[in-house]
Amino acid sequence: MNDVNNNLLLKPVNPVGIVGYGAYVPRYRLPASEVARVWTNGQTALPIKEKSVPGLDEDVATMSIEAARNAMSRANISPAELRAVWVGSESHPYAVKPTSTLVAEAIGAVPNVQAADWQFACKAGTEAMVAAIGFVGSGMARYAMAIGMDTAQGRPGDALEYTAGAGGAAFVLGPADESLAIIDATYSFVTDTPDFWRRAYAKYPEHGQRFTGEPAYFKHIMEAAQALMEATHTSAADYKYAVFHQPNTKFPQRVASMLGFTKEQIAAGLLVPVIGNTYAGAAIIGLTAILDIAEPGDRVLMVSFGSGAGSDAFAITVADAIRERRDRAPRTQDYIARRTLIDYATYARYRGKITMK
Amino acid sequence: MEISRHWRLRKQRYALVGEVCPHCEAKLFPPRDICPECGQEARTLYQFSGRGEVYSYTTVYEPPAGYEENAPYTVALIKLEEGPIVTAQLTDLGDQPVEIGTPVEMVTRRLRQDGDERGMIVYGYKFRPALARVAA
Ligand SMILES: [Zn+2]
Repeated sequence: MNDVNNNLLLKPVNPVGIVGYGAYVPRYRLPASEVARVWTNGQTALPIKEKSVPGLDEDVATMSIEAARNAMSRANISPAELRAVWVGSESHPYAVKPTSTLVAEAIGAVPNVQAADWQFACKAGTEAMVAAIGFVGSGMARYAMAIGMDTAQGRPGDALEYTAGAGGAAFVLGPADESLAIIDATYSFVTDTPDFWRRAYAKYPEHGQRFTGEPAYFKHIMEAAQALMEATHTSAADYKYAVFHQPNTKFPQRVASMLGFTKEQIAAGLLVPVIGNTYAGAAIIGLTAILDIAEPGDRVLMVSFGSGAGSDAFAITVADAIRERRDRAPRTQDYIARRTLIDYATYARYRGKITMK
Repeated sequence: MEISRHWRLRKQRYALVGEVCPHCEAKLFPPRDICPECGQEARTLYQFSGRGEVYSYTTVYEPPAGYEENAPYTVALIKLEEGPIVTAQLTDLGDQPVEIGTPVEMVTRRLRQDGDERGMIVYGYKFRPALARVAA
């Protein structure tokens, strides 16, 4: 860590912040106990309480549109002022045809706009955010939208089926002086690590067994968080809130503790027990829940993790505009409270696991 | 295959974009370029708020071709707060009962796929019960 210096921090020429943010979580919930009932006679330790399940007519495009509309309501800018709409996901509805053009069309941001789909497992959303920060911070754009959204699938009976949820968030990045939260700096730590993948045409992902924990999740989040805090001369105590990628309940709790954060600091953003692992949406939807309750001056550390593998770490300071903007759209907890339990059979139907032909 | 029709209708379908009459302020949906209130030309685009209430509804158990995967589903006449009445599917009902007067809001959802699973996905407006704001 001794070679870390300010050159490793990603900081734009012009200060950038979050002008608007919006979350989305589908209505349906599958209790983890239902997966255990069907596949292990109930003889499994449950990694979460329940996960969110999209309805029959939902996908990453429709969910991104709702989160984007919420972000635009808070930003209160004309969609014609957006110069980028970028969607990070590992469950885009089409193999070829961008999700981002559909989202941009639906929110009225076309045609003078960059549109692209990002892919980096669970950090595709924060990758798009970092790019948007650069796009705005360089002066190329006044506003850029970055979205992380997923409707992840696990193989029936696999450990991932208990947690693979649906949801995510959208952010409008813009000039810091118009922002409800300032991006102080970001830092990214990336290596080639075979912890998790899905080949083309494969419906379900594979995980590299012993690679998933220490060399992947913990290594990358620890390195990213420590380097960012060192370079910004901050420590865990300087942050009111922290949120980490949350594939299950234990991993973010453990990594938080390893970095010196308390349970209180991660409580607001720890949503995985009640919505599951939302993949590209997981860290950032935690950030939306934090912004829903944060006060001006509060500092937030966010660190994503994407398999393959890498972490993006963000140091964020909440600004005055949060107070007047947060209630211009539903809070994340409003979506979490809207909740209809379903059984495994309904889940199997909603997720297309019942073959019709 | 109706790709050109899907493409032509995308603005009104994705985002409930209609028209407003420059002469009498009437809001038109779907857009029809002639104001039904005053008979004059009305081509100014208008973004509807998406809020309205259930005017009437029925549940479909025998769906037309292309909608089988969603059955049973509820179709409603929605009275938009700007005046027009539109026909659309209700979604995200969960175990919530539908009643005449239920406040609803527009969402953009998958309507169906054009042909089989190789065809394009058709997206458009549906309405769901207005999301309750419970978090303080
Ligand atoms: Zn008229």
